[in-house]
Amino acid sequence: MKCFIGIDLGSTTTKAVMMDSNGEVLGRGITNSRSNYDTASQVSKLEAVVSTRLELCHRALSKVPEMKDMVGELLAALERNFRLELFLNMLNDLKETCMHNAADVRHAEIGKELANALDEVFERMKKELSLLFGPGVDRKSDFFRDLAGSVYMNQAEDVADQAKLPFDVLINIYDKSIIETENRPPAEDLVETFLRALDRVMDEQVDLPVEQETIRKLVKSALEIELEETYVVGTGYGRVRLPFPKEHIRSEILCHGLGAHLMYPGTRTVLDIGGQDTKGIQVDEKGIVVNFQMNDRCAAGCGRYLGYIADEMNIGLHELGPIAMKATKTIRINSTCTVFAGAELRDRLAMGESRSDILAGLHRAIVLRAISIISRSGGVTSEFTFTGGVAKNEAAVKELKKLVKENYGDVTINIDPDSIYTGALGAAEFARRAVEA
Amino acid sequence: MNATAQTEVIKDSSMLLQKTMIAENYDELTSVQETGKKVSATFVPGNLNELVMCFDMLNNLPEINAINNGMRKKSGMMVMQAEKMGHSEDVCTYVKADIGSMSRGNIAPNGKPMPPPDLLLLSYTGCFTFMKWFELLRHEYGCETAMLHVPYEGDGIVTQNMRDYVVKQIKENLIPTLEKVSGVKFDIDRLRENLRHSAKAEDDFVWVLESAKNKPSPIDAYFGGVYYIGPIFTAFRGTEKAVDYYKALRKEIEQRIAEGKGPITPEGDMKDERYRLVVEGPPNWTNFREFWKMFYEDGAVVVASTYTKVGGVYDLGFRHDPDNPIETLADYCLGCYTNRNLSQRVDMLEKYVNEYQADGLLINSIKSCNSFSAGQLLMMQEVEKRTGKPGAFIETDLVDPRYFSAANVKNRLESYFQMIEQKRQGARSAA
Repeated sequence: MKCFIGIDLGSTTTKAVMMDSNGEVLGRGITNSRSNYDTASQVSKLEAVVSTRLELCHRALSKVPEMKDMVGELLAALERNFRLELFLNMLNDLKETCMHNAADVRHAEIGKELANALDEVFERMKKELSLLFGPGVDRKSDFFRDLAGSVYMNQAEDVADQAKLPFDVLINIYDKSIIETENRPPAEDLVETFLRALDRVMDEQVDLPVEQETIRKLVKSALEIELEETYVVGTGYGRVRLPFPKEHIRSEILCHGLGAHLMYPGTRTVLDIGGQDTKGIQVDEKGIVVNFQMNDRCAAGCGRYLGYIADEMNIGLHELGPIAMKATKTIRINSTCTVFAGAELRDRLAMGESRSDILAGLHRAIVLRAISIISRSGGVTSEFTFTGGVAKNEAAVKELKKLVKENYGDVTINIDPDSIYTGALGAAEFARRAVEA
Repeated sequence: MNATAQTEVIKDSSMLLQKTMIAENYDELTSVQETGKKVSATFVPGNLNELVMCFDMLNNLPEINAINNGMRKKSGMMVMQAEKMGHSEDVCTYVKADIGSMSRGNIAPNGKPMPPPDLLLLSYTGCFTFMKWFELLRHEYGCETAMLHVPYEGDGIVTQNMRDYVVKQIKENLIPTLEKVSGVKFDIDRLRENLRHSAKAEDDFVWVLESAKNKPSPIDAYFGGVYYIGPIFTAFRGTEKAVDYYKALRKEIEQRIAEGKGPITPEGDMKDERYRLVVEGPPNWTNFREFWKMFYEDGAVVVASTYTKVGGVYDLGFRHDPDNPIETLADYCLGCYTNRNLSQRVDMLEKYVNEYQADGLLINSIKSCNSFSAGQLLMMQEVEKRTGKPGAFIETDLVDPRYFSAANVKNRLESYFQMIEQKRQGARSAA
């Protein structure tokens, strides 16, 4: 079947959306952008293919009436086990890379001990991390680096302690190896991996309404549908680094405008807060951009600002919003500079203000900057759509709703759970139109 | 970028001619110790070259020196030097490049030191920074200073009173000061002769600017325009050399039109004209070529710009008039682009978008230029409203390389071009 792919190479994450000729989204994929857009683009595309395969399996299995009530569950199990398979492959790759780097002449004196230690560390990692892919387990991140990193650190410290090995050597080996592993384009045989995952599912599931063989056949047929990469459009900061011909590149402004229009056709104003960009975009009734403004020279008030603050507070990025939601008042943060805001934050903490109140203030500071960009682009006149990674942060959304109401009255504010894919969606639609329109 | 790997820059013959003129001018400036000529320092807007030349004096323009240093990638060090001396990060970077250059020996492009000015001739035409700049220079050089106070066109008109006020200053203050510094007696016929040369060159200059109404435009009226304004905005207005230059330039452009050619770019003739833009605001000088490339590689040509009017708004009809020599100088100063109010600027931009059949207005707002940048966003919105053509806003700086973020600027320009394209397609499918 014909497939149209949009890839949004953002500063923090790279997203891909796969679409069919009717403009229906088949699958979505996301990965961290790393320092290598080429790999990030391949990985995100692969992720989109995986999600497309799952969608196609879903369609195939839904045709069996007896399966009706359990397709969702079965596919969730399939995806979970598929992820586990992928993860274990990657973990194995990481292990081999670590072993290779540990064999460097610099460590010649402790080479054998290092290899033993790494063996032990990875054995423990495999055990601990496999649990994350069990049924009903909530993973904090889907990125390999995030999952592997912290467990490695803990286990390596423990193992180094026991074996009387220098911990920093193990860290250095890891740092070097994770970059190599991450930047190696995945060489998976997806069908094989899916089928292995399906075997695991079959082992887990006991009371299937139909024969295992029927399911296997249907899944296999869905996996065998040829996905033809008819047209790819790239957008986002990394777009110029990819071997895309010029007509395959669209500005992210246009992609976000069109993507938001596809999600909510009534959209007239789009706010996108990404890693290093904040964009205020005005679109017409067809999703065509009529005006835009962006942050300039300085990325304060973007997603990275939150990342920086999270690091300062030694908490995870995803924890910021929930903590800020517990605020009982909003502390005013004046600085528009990320680094200075960090200083203000420490100052407020020292003065005894609560973390949640300060974080509420920081979220407000970000949104205030966004509101200024929106007003420069022409304000909010009608339906308003908020996109980008920061749209997932409930505290930012809360402040935005408040400020939009204060400045522009009651307007519809749309936030799609898949809003992070807005740019990639627009790009996929541009790809489709390039061929189908 | 590797200098050796870079291909040779393609230039038209007028550009080469100008290069020689500028080199000769710098040679003249840096040899005043031998020739005994006196030097006046002044600014481009309100530049009274015809008058200064009546006293056998040379004109040195610190703004142009800053631009020169910017284009030769030397201004960054100078700006930082000035900051080291205590000038704030937000101060006009022309000023800081000049002051930084002074403290580093004030070396001209020919490698010789610039002479200290004998006179600081401040023609105040709307930019308050000029005043502060010369205050600093006066402190440094302790030389004679003359200030021509040109009233701002706050209401968008020039009254007889305003004109009389400027004329009176020229007669009673400027001319006597110039006589005193130079030791040369003022000769009004010499001034008339210079003004005659100016008017001739101005005719050809306007013809060149308006050639951009052709499709495709044979010139780029911003990046190329910077070359075309060179002689008439600087030390050559009122000279025969300038008359010859514009005659030659006009011929060159006539040839381009006849051959159906687009504008010259550093990589040769621009092939495919896809976007026609009007630009407001000065260019960035530190990354001039890189900036220009972002336009021509996408087929964007600037058909009219306001920057090419800062040294005189000739295309709206003004010509230096030998029959009213002092009054014409007053009118010239009063009508400078920098001396015009926001609504006059909006009117001009609207006219350009319409008359040059542009696809829209792009504003390059200058970070360190408060007097020019204030109000630009409102101007853009007003022009958009009046013309129905989309506008876009980018920000860079004059000669501070730290404020040119290539990825950012390119991102916006590409978005803008694609937005124009998308709008066209939308209009086509609606038709």
